[in-house]
Amino acid sequence: MTQSEREGMLGPYRVLDLTDEKGLICGKLFGDLGADVIKIERPGGDAARNIGPFWHDEPDPEKSLYWFALNANKRGITLDIETVDGREIFKKLVATADFVIESFKPGYLKKLKLDYRALEKINPGIIVVSITPFGQTGPYKNYKAPDIVGWAAGSGPFMRTFGDVDRPPFRISYHPQTYYHAGTEAVVGALVALYYRQMSGEGQHVDVSIQECMAFNTGWEWDLNKVDRKRGEGIIPVSVKHMWPCKDGWVMWRYTGGPMASRYSVPLIKWMEAEGMADDFMRNFDWANFSHYTTSQDIINHMEEQTIKFFMTHTKAEMMAGAIKYRIMLYPIATSKDIVESPQLAARNFWQEVNHPELNETITYPSMWAITSEAPPKISRRAPLIGEHNEEIYGKEMGLSADKLVLLKQAGVI
Amino acid sequence: MSKKPLEGIKVADFCWVWTGPTTTRVLSNFGATVIKIESSRRPDVWRIQPPFKDNVPGPNRGGVFNTQNTGKLSVTLNLAHPKGIELAKKLVAWADIVTDNFAGGSMARMGFGYEELKKINPTIIMLSSALMGQSGPWHDSPGYGDQLTAISGLTQISGYPDREPGEIGYYTDYIAPRFNAIMILAALEYRRRTGKGVYLDVAQHQASLEYVSPLILDYIVNKRIANRMGNKCEYAAPHGNYRCQGDDRWCAIAVFTDEEWESFCKVIGNPPWTKDPRFSTIQGRKDNEEELDKQVNEWTIQRTDQEVMSLMQAAGVGAALVSNAEDLMDKDPHLKYRKYYKELVHPEIGRLRAPRQPCVLSKTPDEITRAPLIGEHNEYVLKKILGISDDEIGDLVAQDVIV
Repeated sequence: MTQSEREGMLGPYRVLDLTDEKGLICGKLFGDLGADVIKIERPGGDAARNIGPFWHDEPDPEKSLYWFALNANKRGITLDIETVDGREIFKKLVATADFVIESFKPGYLKKLKLDYRALEKINPGIIVVSITPFGQTGPYKNYKAPDIVGWAAGSGPFMRTFGDVDRPPFRISYHPQTYYHAGTEAVVGALVALYYRQMSGEGQHVDVSIQECMAFNTGWEWDLNKVDRKRGEGIIPVSVKHMWPCKDGWVMWRYTGGPMASRYSVPLIKWMEAEGMADDFMRNFDWANFSHYTTSQDIINHMEEQTIKFFMTHTKAEMMAGAIKYRIMLYPIATSKDIVESPQLAARNFWQEVNHPELNETITYPSMWAITSEAPPKISRRAPLIGEHNEEIYGKEMGLSADKLVLLKQAGVI
Repeated sequence: MSKKPLEGIKVADFCWVWTGPTTTRVLSNFGATVIKIESSRRPDVWRIQPPFKDNVPGPNRGGVFNTQNTGKLSVTLNLAHPKGIELAKKLVAWADIVTDNFAGGSMARMGFGYEELKKINPTIIMLSSALMGQSGPWHDSPGYGDQLTAISGLTQISGYPDREPGEIGYYTDYIAPRFNAIMILAALEYRRRTGKGVYLDVAQHQASLEYVSPLILDYIVNKRIANRMGNKCEYAAPHGNYRCQGDDRWCAIAVFTDEEWESFCKVIGNPPWTKDPRFSTIQGRKDNEEELDKQVNEWTIQRTDQEVMSLMQAAGVGAALVSNAEDLMDKDPHLKYRKYYKELVHPEIGRLRAPRQPCVLSKTPDEITRAPLIGEHNEYVLKKILGISDDEIGDLVAQDVIV
C-alpha cells in the first residue's frame, strides 16, 4: 500500500478540538476522514463524558456511549488553557496544526489571547472554527442555547410547524440534534477554508451559529406571499393518515392519487389483494381520481379501516420487504433495534467492530455514511480515555521530559 | 468583492428535488461554476410544486427552487435522446465534479455510471447521494425526506410517548446535504494532493444515522430501545416549551444547574411554590415535573414569548421563543444584524430572500446570487463552454435535444 492509499482524504491535517457537546461531532467527522484530531480536555476530563447512555448503565466518565460515539477517531490530551503554562503548550500545538475547533462563549478565547487574531500570528495558515449558539456577533451572541432552545430559536422548518395543537411543539428527544447540525456544518465551512488556503496560503475564522444552522431553508410562503401556516392548519380539507400502526410498531405511508398513485396506493392494493385483504371497493377504485381535495372523508375512512387491518397482520420488517417487492413508497418507523437488524445496512458493511481493551470488550459500532473508491472514511480508533495520549503527544512528539510532565501534572496544567 | 474560495471549480450537476440541490448550493455559493442539467420535460420537482410567488404556478416561480439553487446555471438537455447524452458527457469531460441524488443505480442505467464517466474524465469526482446508497437490497428504493426520517430512527424519537410518532417533516434533507458537501470538499483536497478522482457513494440513510449513533450503541450494548419523550431531558427541569400570550405562541426554557434554577426563580419573582422542597433539587424537580411545568406555564401564559425569552436570557437561563417564518425573517433582531437573509432580485418574481450558508468565513464569505430560470444558460453553456456553433444549436433544438 502506498502512503496515499493508506491515509484518509484529510490524512496530512491536524485538528485541535477544544469543543464541548456543541462541537464534538465536528472533530469526529474530521477523524473519520483521516485527520489527526487531538481532543483537548480540561484536566479530569470533559463534562460531556457525564452524558449517558453508559456502557452497561455504569455512570463513569470512561463509559459514556455518547462520548464513545462522538469522539471515536480522536486522540486525547488534558490541558488547562487558563494557566500560563497551558497556553504556552497550546500555542506550540497550534504551530503544528491546521484547524482549531472551539465552542466557548464568544470572547472567551480573546480574553486568553488565543483567538484567531492571536493564533494567526503563530500560524498564518491556521483555520479557527467557532461553533456557538448564536454566532460570534449580534445582540444575542451571549445568549445560551441548550438543545431545545436552539430548536426554538431556529424553529421555522421543524418545531413551529409540527405536532398536535393541544400539546407544546416538540424537539427530537435525547441528544442535542441542533449541535449535530452545527458541528457538521462547521466541517463544511472548515473545508471550504482549507481549499482557499491551498491556493492563497491564508487561514481564516469560520463562525457557525446553531440558530442559523437550524433555521436554514425555510419561510418561502412567508417571504413570497406573506402566508404563515399555523400548526394543525391543514392544506387539504380531509384527514389522511401518515403514521400507521402495524403488528409490532408503526409505518409511514399515505394514500395518494393522480400520477403518484403508482408509487403509493396502486401497489399497496395489489399486495393486499395478493393476500386476500382488499375488498371489491378497494380493488375497483380508480386511483387516478383519488384526491385529497375531492375524495370524501367517508371513502378515506373506509380505506383506512381496511388498510389498518392489513398492516396489523405484518411486522415492520415484513412491511419493508413488501414495500421493496411491490415497489411501494412505504417505510417503517424504525427503532434502534430495527436499525441494528437492517438487512440493507448489513449488506453495506455498515457495522464495524471496535476494540475497547480496558472494558475487555469489542463493541459493534455504526460506521460510515459513505463508501468511496479511494481513501474510505472509517473508524480507526475508539474514543480516548482521559489524558490517554498525554505522554505520546507531550513527551514523544513535543519532546517534553518526564520530569516536566510530572511538574505540569502536579501544577494542574495537564 | 471578496475572494471566492471555490472559484474555478466546475460542477456538472444532475441533482434535483431537495438533498442534491442543497448540496451543490454550497459549491455555487462559494464560487464554483455549477451547471444544473435539467429539462422542461421532467422538471425539478420544486419547479412545479408550490409555494409559488402570488400562488401563480410557473417553473421559475417556486420559493423552494429559488432558494436551493442560488448561483447555478441552467441548461436543459433531453437525456432520452442520444445527442442529449452526448452533450451531458461533454459537460462531464469539462467538469471537476459530477453530482446526482437519484435512487441507487439510476446514473448507471442512464449511461452515466462512474466507470463510464471515468473513461471520459479520469480524474472526475463523482458524488451519488441515493437514499439508501448504490448497493444492498434496498438500494433502488426511492423516497422523500420524511420517509428517510422514519427509517433512520428519528421519527420514533419525535413526539410524545402516549401518542403516535410525531411528524417532523423532511428532517433528513437538512442532514444529508452537509455530509455530501463534506465528502465533495474532502475529495477535492484528496485529488489536489494525489491527482486521483474519487467515486463517493453517500447513502443519505447512513449519514442520517450519524445523528442517532449514541442511541444505536445503547441498543447494541444495553439492549435499550429509545422512545420519544416529548420535550423531556433526563437531567434538566424545567425543560420544555411553555405557552405564552397569543395564538399558539410558545417559549422554550431549559434549566440545568442550581445556579440557573436560582436565576429562573428570581426572574419569576420567587413565588412561594419555588421554595417548596419538592423543587429545590434537580431530583425533586424531575420527580415533580408535571406540577413544575404547570407552575411555569401559569407564569409564561401571562407574558409574550419575546418577554419570557428576554427576561430569562438576561438572567443567564437558556430560552427562546418558538419562532415562525415571520419571526425569523422579519422580526428577529439578531438574524437581521447578522444579515442572515440575502435579498435577491429575480426577473420573474421580483424580490425574494435566501438564507446564507450558515458557516460564515471571515475572508471568503459566501456570495449568493439568484437561481436560474429554466434553460436560462443554454446558449452560454453550449457556445462558450462546449464550443458549439449557432447552426449546430439550431439543429439540436430542431432535433428535440435542447428541451
